[in-house]
Amino acid sequence: MIRGYRTHTLWVAFLLHRISGVALALFLPLHFWVLSYALTAPETLDGLLLWTDLGIVKFSEFGLVFLLSVHMFGGLRLMALEWLPWTSGQKTAAASAVAASTLVAGVFFLRAI
Amino acid sequence: MADKHQMSVSVWRGAAAGSFQSFDVKMEENQTVLDVVAWIQQHADPTLSYRYACRVGMCGSCAMMVNGTPRWTCRTHVKKVLVDGHMEIAPLRNLPVIKDLATDMDPFFDKWVAAEGLHHPTQTRHDPIEAIDPASAGRVEVNAGIECINCSVCYAACDTVAGNPDYLGPAALQRAWSVYNDSKDAGKQAILDAVSGVGGCHNCHSQGSCAVHCPNELNPMNAIAGLKRETARNFFRRRAR
Ligand code: FES
Repeated sequence: MIRGYRTHTLWVAFLLHRISGVALALFLPLHFWVLSYALTAPETLDGLLLWTDLGIVKFSEFGLVFLLSVHMFGGLRLMALEWLPWTSGQKTAAASAVAASTLVAGVFFLRAI
Repeated sequence: MADKHQMSVSVWRGAAAGSFQSFDVKMEENQTVLDVVAWIQQHADPTLSYRYACRVGMCGSCAMMVNGTPRWTCRTHVKKVLVDGHMEIAPLRNLPVIKDLATDMDPFFDKWVAAEGLHHPTQTRHDPIEAIDPASAGRVEVNAGIECINCSVCYAACDTVAGNPDYLGPAALQRAWSVYNDSKDAGKQAILDAVSGVGGCHNCHSQGSCAVHCPNELNPMNAIAGLKRETARNFFRRRAR
């Protein structure tokens, strides 16, 4: 339960990291199982790939990539937090730099589609 | 409650098993949560048990859960925590409750010792006093954690403590980090061994509740990160030998 003492950014970051991790652990075996058909039964894979036209499957693929990036950034955040003895000003500067570059990359990405 | 001269206060009564009891308390212009608890004990129910000493935020004995958040009650104004004329006061989380608002602090202090958060002298009383440069890196690191008042607010805020009773907790680990950075301390290896065991610094998930709630605005999470780095370095150094 989200009690009063948990309503702060770091705790929410922890929660996101944990949820994305658990979701990936559930999702990835399924993902690799489907991919394994490429080796064992290509026809079945083709059949399954037809499914990817479905909106719901498209959405869950988006979810997979989203979870991967959330989890990766969570991990990078933790490593920076624990391995770099930075002052909080330096951490803020680094976080702003990442945010700015994400924004720029996002703009280019939107122009591409 | 509509009456703005009164507030309703739910106070935990009993030990681990118990329940909240409601009291109506008169509002004052200037009033801390500890004042409210004291008023209840003096005017409503003299059997209420709680703990305090200095009333000015130095001794660290008055910490309680106020509306589910650990706080130093002698420095917490009622106005800051009152929600619709109501507040809830409970004993500190993660510690055994003795009675009402008084918790048994022994596990908390035992862990300071278990984390080797003690002075390990390098000299005797007959040696001259060693000069420490206030700007030296080690001393600057010590400064960051030295104002701890042992109130156990961080310990109550920590979900890792809640999930693992053996975990040494933020305060003990921060003290170990301060002692580790003290150039007058001879027990560096003993500290690293003590904080890298089963209940050691590597349990920390960096949730940061300790740093958010510390009344003195210390950052035990940073200290624990320091211990994580040093224990890792020590691990590779030992393997390289
Ligand atoms: S009574 Fe001493 S810190 Fe609150």
